[in-house]
Amino acid sequence: MNGWPELDRFLRTDPRDVGCAQAMDMLHVYVDLVAAGAPVEERYPGIAAHLRACGPCGEDFEGLLAAVRGEAH
Amino acid sequence: MVSGNHTAHETRVAAARPDVESAEWLRALADMGPPREAALARLHGLLVRIARREVARRGPRLAISGPELDDLAYQAAADALLAITGKLGQFRGESRFTTWACKFVILEVSAKIGRHFWRHPAVPLDAEDWDRLPGRFGFDPAQEAEWRDLLAAVRRAVDDELTPRQRQVFVAIVLNDVPLDALAIELASNRNAIYKMLFDARRKLRAALAANGYLGHGIVGHS
Repeated sequence: MNGWPELDRFLRTDPRDVGCAQAMDMLHVYVDLVAAGAPVEERYPGIAAHLRACGPCGEDFEGLLAAVRGEAH
Repeated sequence: MVSGNHTAHETRVAAARPDVESAEWLRALADMGPPREAALARLHGLLVRIARREVARRGPRLAISGPELDDLAYQAAADALLAITGKLGQFRGESRFTTWACKFVILEVSAKIGRHFWRHPAVPLDAEDWDRLPGRFGFDPAQEAEWRDLLAAVRRAVDDELTPRQRQVFVAIVLNDVPLDALAIELASNRNAIYKMLFDARRKLRAALAANGYLGHGIVGHS
């Protein structure tokens, strides 16, 4: 049937998900920790859950992380 | 989705003393005359550089290119600079200053891309073509006999379980492929509210499918 995994991913919700506002409020802190190799998923599980599920916030996270890493090199 | 005090530990960290480089940025931006002008020029240069890289990174997935994309980057940098200088007092030293500042320009790029979507929308907001649903989730047309009932159940759940607003958000994002930020603009809402609406819709749809015996055919459930 082959569409199940995609539908499953879409419908699956994580109760720890903090939502866009709180994730974006802390994005700069989260990104600096990721760039430093810190265990952010343990420290901020709700933000990690949100960034996995929310396309736009995930995109902003990738963009800011790329910016920080790009400036560091 | 949790909210309020339950997540306070994830959203509040103690204000910290800025690192040396961040302190230097703050000192220069709070200065007067040429030192401040020089710091502003350096910050603007950083924001333009980041914005151009960011639009180039996102460019292949957008219906924007060339000079228009470059204009968008410059506008994002200018607006971010304005926002940063107006909010310097809100920097709490929790991250490097440049990371905090770059966040503004990344969010400006997102917002401007969202607004740009409505200049040439591929599908009207109120279109409702359910034939797009199988393709949206990658169901193989050759195996329609296996998934027809499931997707019919999804559609019934959308009709029966969702509020009108949740249904509108589901149709726009899932069927019409409207970006969430663009939808937030069109509905005079914001990203957080639209995400919350879609989050609740997803939870309801999953529960309805479970109640009707559709989980267990490959959907491994926890909701």
